[in-house]
Amino acid sequence: MKRILVGIKRVVDYNVRIRVKPDGSGVITDGVKMSINPFDEIALEEALRIKERGGAEEVVVVTVGPADCQPQLRTALAMGADRALHVQADGVVEPLVAARAILKLVEREEPLMVILGKQAIDDDNSQTGQMLAALWNRPQATFASKVELADGKARVTREVDAGLETLEVDLPAVITTDLRLNEPRYVKLPDIMKAKKKPLETLTLSAIGVEQKQRLKLVKFEPPPQRQKGIRVKDAAELVEALKKKGLL
Amino acid sequence: MSTKVLIVAEHDGAKLNPSTAKCVTCARGITGAEITVVVCAADASALASQAAQLAGVTKVLTVENPANAHALAAVLAPQIVALAGPFTHVFGPSTTFGKDLMPRIAALLDTAQVSDIMAAESPTRFRRPIYAGNAILTVEIDAGTKIVGTVRTASFESAANGGSAAIEKASVTADLPTHTRFVSVSAAKSDRPDLQTASRVISGGRALGSADAFKILYSLADKLGAAVGASRAAVDAGYAPNELQVGQTGKIIAPELYVAIGISGAIQHLTGIKDARTIVAINKDGEAPIFEVADLGLVGDLFQIVPELEKLIAAR
Repeated sequence: MKRILVGIKRVVDYNVRIRVKPDGSGVITDGVKMSINPFDEIALEEALRIKERGGAEEVVVVTVGPADCQPQLRTALAMGADRALHVQADGVVEPLVAARAILKLVEREEPLMVILGKQAIDDDNSQTGQMLAALWNRPQATFASKVELADGKARVTREVDAGLETLEVDLPAVITTDLRLNEPRYVKLPDIMKAKKKPLETLTLSAIGVEQKQRLKLVKFEPPPQRQKGIRVKDAAELVEALKKKGLL
Repeated sequence: MSTKVLIVAEHDGAKLNPSTAKCVTCARGITGAEITVVVCAADASALASQAAQLAGVTKVLTVENPANAHALAAVLAPQIVALAGPFTHVFGPSTTFGKDLMPRIAALLDTAQVSDIMAAESPTRFRRPIYAGNAILTVEIDAGTKIVGTVRTASFESAANGGSAAIEKASVTADLPTHTRFVSVSAAKSDRPDLQTASRVISGGRALGSADAFKILYSLADKLGAAVGASRAAVDAGYAPNELQVGQTGKIIAPELYVAIGISGAIQHLTGIKDARTIVAINKDGEAPIFEVADLGLVGDLFQIVPELEKLIAAR
């Protein structure tokens, strides 16, 4: 079956104002709204659109994380994924561990492609997709803003520093999504009901043979330095004077 | 154990990207680090001599292969991995080039990557921003573990020229895949300074209202010799091309002067300009969050202020 795997991560919602715990051991997540990482939502939307155009027959959503990731998997099912795979893992799941876990599922599901967000908005690592592609020994097309499929290949437009780059990759491949790839659909109430009946399989890291290894010790979290409060000027002339005084003009 | 850092050079085939000189500065911050730069290219000679001039670099390795004409992560990664053996650290810039490539290298080396290094406190301890820069995380890795890192270029000055490193051709045995092919790149040619390294940046947001109106910023930028940037909202709306986007998912920059025009200042945008020396905000909404970080704020109609500014600057 032509299948697309979509990797998602549960993160602190992008609208939440992040606060570092006073003891520096992390950021405050108690009672904070959690959501699907926005880039992963875009990944799922792209997979659904490919399926709707006839480019795939099944969309499987995957996450690696603690038990409380399941509401986000249900949301993904409500968006339109056909089934969900949850690899339960406690503690800090580093990108390499996530990539190894997804690789195990790739070997089982043999997808046409894996689509993930280009980065998670919590740790901002931007690693998992590239690591998966490396371990799988398959192409990667990161930061995608356009994906076209034809004849077992994908033509992917990427947002790079210089502008837009187009790559052609043989499938299967890993694609990571940038912001402008698409606009994810809203979930409708009947779909939320339907999603409750969709299959959600729970696995564990040890059951699939992946070691939970944390290589980077998180020593401390600190709030960023604050900028000094500035001054207001009343018009363009005053602004130019102020810039001159600072030696900037 | 001695610290040996391998830096993967970013370039366009003719010129070294300034990000490479910033990686060198980051590596020099590690006491006793011996720095090697590797240049993978179709023709590496000119690039290698540029890299050899960077102060602090001991050696430049060149890997010449027609397959290296374009920077494809799947092609470059196995070559870097083949060279990585003697090194304790493998660094690349946190640009789209390095973000694409370095995790692929890390996975093949079976090691962790530290993304967006803003300070190297020791050979094994690094500081990096997370949550769009709303928290700074210090991480530590066991000594003896090979470390892959991407360097947050806005946190470092460029290494100066004046060095004279030895240049050495490296022979690499690695199977290079053909499953990934470069098709094209559409980069707008511009005479303006490069956004990533410009000392002055004029940046526009949603309030510009159209691609046509956005052009008033180009005109102001040219009077100042500034690069032009944009907020995500302006890029999403089609007022400016994607390569101008500044912020968490766009470019992270550190100019001397950043002028935010009609930009409200979402945290995702602010994370891209935190290191700017002076921030100027022009916005009609005096409550906009951009004013909380601005050194100089001006509340008013940008369509009136920008032409006035241009005139005053031209007359100075």
